[in-house]
Amino acid sequence: MARAVSTRRKLLTTVFAWLVGLAIFFPILWTILTSFKTEAAAIASPPVWFNFHWTLDNYVTVQNRSNYFRHFSNSVIISVGSTLLGLIIAIPAAWSMAFVPAKRTKDVLMWMLSTKMLPPVGVLVPIYLIFRDLGILDTRIGLVIVLTLINLPIIVWMLYTYFKEIPGEILEAARMDGASLREEIIYVLTPMAIPGMASTVLLNIILAWNEAFWTLNLTAARAAPLTAFIASYSSPEGLFYAKLSAASTMAIAPILIMGWFSQKQLVRGLTFGAVK
Amino acid sequence: MTTTFRALMGACAFGALATASMAETITVATVNNGDMIRMQGLMDEFKAEHPDIDVEWVTLEENVLRQRVTQDVATKGGQFDVMTIGNYEVPIWAKQSWLVPLTDMPEGYDEEDLMPAIADGLRQDGTLYAAPFYGESAMVMYRTDLAEAAGVTIPDAPNWGQIEEAAAAMTDRDNEIYGICLRGKAGWGENMAFISSMANSMGARWFDMDWHPQFDSEAWSETLTDYLDLMNNYGPPGGSGNGFNENLALFQQGKCGMWIDATVAASFVTDPEESTVADSVGFAQFPNKEGMEGTGHWLWSWNLAIPAGTQKEESAKAFVAWATSKEYTQLVAEREGWRAAPPGTRTSLYENQDYLDAAPFAEMTLNAINGVDILNPTVDEVPYIGSQWVGIPEFQGIGTAVGQQFSAALAGQVSAEQALQSAQQLTEREMTRAGYIQ
Amino acid sequence: MATKHSRAAARLMISPAVILLLGWMIIPLGMTLYFSFLRYNLLMPGMEEFTGLANYRFFLTDPAFFAALKNTLLLVGGVLLVTVVGGVLLALMLDQPFFGQGIVRILVIAPFFVMPTVSALVWKNMFMNPVNGLFAHAAKALGMQPFDFLSAAPLASIIGIVSWQWLPFATLILLTALQSLDQEQLEAAEMDGAPWIKRFFYIMLPHLARAITVVILIQTIFLLSVFAEILVTTNGGPGVASTNLTYLIYVQSLLQFDVGGGSAGGVVAIILANIVAIFLMRMIGKNLDA
Repeated sequence: MARAVSTRRKLLTTVFAWLVGLAIFFPILWTILTSFKTEAAAIASPPVWFNFHWTLDNYVTVQNRSNYFRHFSNSVIISVGSTLLGLIIAIPAAWSMAFVPAKRTKDVLMWMLSTKMLPPVGVLVPIYLIFRDLGILDTRIGLVIVLTLINLPIIVWMLYTYFKEIPGEILEAARMDGASLREEIIYVLTPMAIPGMASTVLLNIILAWNEAFWTLNLTAARAAPLTAFIASYSSPEGLFYAKLSAASTMAIAPILIMGWFSQKQLVRGLTFGAVK
Repeated sequence: MTTTFRALMGACAFGALATASMAETITVATVNNGDMIRMQGLMDEFKAEHPDIDVEWVTLEENVLRQRVTQDVATKGGQFDVMTIGNYEVPIWAKQSWLVPLTDMPEGYDEEDLMPAIADGLRQDGTLYAAPFYGESAMVMYRTDLAEAAGVTIPDAPNWGQIEEAAAAMTDRDNEIYGICLRGKAGWGENMAFISSMANSMGARWFDMDWHPQFDSEAWSETLTDYLDLMNNYGPPGGSGNGFNENLALFQQGKCGMWIDATVAASFVTDPEESTVADSVGFAQFPNKEGMEGTGHWLWSWNLAIPAGTQKEESAKAFVAWATSKEYTQLVAEREGWRAAPPGTRTSLYENQDYLDAAPFAEMTLNAINGVDILNPTVDEVPYIGSQWVGIPEFQGIGTAVGQQFSAALAGQVSAEQALQSAQQLTEREMTRAGYIQ
Repeated sequence: MATKHSRAAARLMISPAVILLLGWMIIPLGMTLYFSFLRYNLLMPGMEEFTGLANYRFFLTDPAFFAALKNTLLLVGGVLLVTVVGGVLLALMLDQPFFGQGIVRILVIAPFFVMPTVSALVWKNMFMNPVNGLFAHAAKALGMQPFDFLSAAPLASIIGIVSWQWLPFATLILLTALQSLDQEQLEAAEMDGAPWIKRFFYIMLPHLARAITVVILIQTIFLLSVFAEILVTTNGGPGVASTNLTYLIYVQSLLQFDVGGGSAGGVVAIILANIVAIFLMRMIGKNLDA
């Protein structure tokens, strides 16, 4: 039931909201703009806004220096792979926590979340040694494993909150009809939890895409994703704002576009059981 | 089994590509400096000479690179076949047998041609453990036009007093001209490289013969006070965040009157495509304290080394030899002009008239490098080898922690005395822990 | 509803996740614990020896330790404060009817997709740089001295950067929660003549309490280990002004390659993180059960 709002007020809100929105978005906008400038224009004082000589040179330079598409495909494989693997492990766990709660379910859940508080730098050397012995340094499978483990607690927790919102009676009805546990999960539970799952998947792809510590430290050339690609642009010699901007734009564009297209799903599911 | 698995994964991903070429792939870890980036652009030439070797690059910022390669070589992770390391690391790593000795270099490599000042630091019992890619000392780079306008002359061998006078005369804050740009960003390879050199030129040293730190000495106090005075009065804003690259950008934009830093910067600041002040750069020796002698207190080289345990030693050696050869220098000269040739590694370069004509900084660089004695970096005797660094494994950590203190002093968070006091304490603490001080 | 059969099945189904996470926790943690009692420097192999608690003594007596502890709390607290308050305000704004709502929402959530490394690089170089940054240009245009963010106010600058990244997350969750608020209740309050401020504090805020706890929980987990932003912008300095615990351990174990000392630091950090965790869990647990 919408309230009647005066047009004047709506206009005022519009202006204000757009200003705030643009201010928050501005750093990204500025980076994208700068990526089309020459290095000299990128540091010009006073800054130039749109009336500069637009050029694609920076993108060409960046692509010549590093193989963007390989980093890109590594990023895609690693983030999607770890999210799917995480989902496969997390769905049964979340199901049993939500529908067959035991006395310590909550503790188990909280413990899972607390494993995310391990400072990664503290355990890098042990993990590096283990990876070396397993022969999975600089492999995508190695990164998929690490990122799955890192994000698993979040996936479990998110799914748990969505599953909990589903009334138990529906599952019971399905069971009465003779559905097996597997069928119950696949045909009854999963469709109902789709919005929640969609946002779980999206959130985890974003987190995995942006994870910079493990992906940088456990890769060299073959499995290096975009986080490693951007690492070669931090403080090189000479002027580099335009090249940095081009590389940055290339690194964030895919996930930004994905995020924008799927923002409805992302928003719809991001409740964490927080809404009642 | 894991190899098969990986091979399968690779085959799936790259399909026809993987099966079509039988070339061996070596992974080269390098720092994102201009000369190395240039080398990446010349890989088609390498490929033409060595069709059976593919090169994968891992290009990282200096600090990250150092952490990655050290961790990898120390744990024998085997992720890299060629590593770019400094002359600080080479002796330490060679002693641990972490590096493949560079004997049997290909025909015509001409090891004799490598500059003794640089190559000696890379040898262990007469054997070369890393090949120098470029070498550097430090010197003063200044704007001849600004100096003239301000009515100051900077002698070829200035002292710190003359530097301060010149800085004062050239500073024009309203027009964003800062008399002097120096490193301020914390790090053993950043501000401590400069400040340690300055300390050497002032007669200060890091440790006495019993490994006791010397930050409580008069010479150190003088060094830090002078450094802070210079930067606070005539330096750019945000000095405590500026390292080599930031200062290079400032100088290229024409915002610095003087910049005292690595000689390798000379080819960047005189590059008309990159630098707005390319035509008006003068050079002078690294300054000394008035009345003191010495031409160089800074010696650094970026070198290519092969970690022990690589499966691809032959290909790696072929690459190292190519990248540090006379032919490579020639190649760069052909493509980008002589001025861009990687400096400071080969005597022949400094005998080449084309180079000397194209590079006004050549002689100054040569003198500065040859003037350094890493066994005797300063007036008093020291127990370590080094110049702007101290050749012990603990130095990275200690140097950076001390650098943080000096950076804090530059940011105005602590006074010079406090910074020196903290530096003294923390160095004493670390050296005791490491067992140097009993 | 739970039968014996389904209980057993439930155990079975939860076990892969539990076993994996247990392994992920215990194996590296065990190794870290073991290393923390050794004198173990990567640069000096073959010299490992048992040293008892020396590494812990060394780490805990480091003058930088308390500074790092304080900075960690300030960083987490500061970012939480900014994002929760800012998130509530933004959510209230986005909840109003206005033209182009969808697009503004897209603009507001965009920073969440940006890699921490990229955002740190962009903020440091293109905005906060005192000579070439946009803020410096703005200051000069207004005739003021450019402010040197990263050396004059390093921690606050980092809090700003990190807050920018996490603001969208808080906004999204709070917005979802706000949209589920019973409109009739609000309208009834409006009819009764309750001023806006009262409606906010007595109806909206209590309704948002759960969402706010969730934001705090999730963000704390990530904020405790903020690292890339510090590495890229200030390297923990000047001095130790922006060194948090994670960064201090990094310095110890990966800059000095003192694995023993770094491990001891890691163990200390894990213990501290768990204290925070227990505290948080209590708070959340209570709030989520309600």
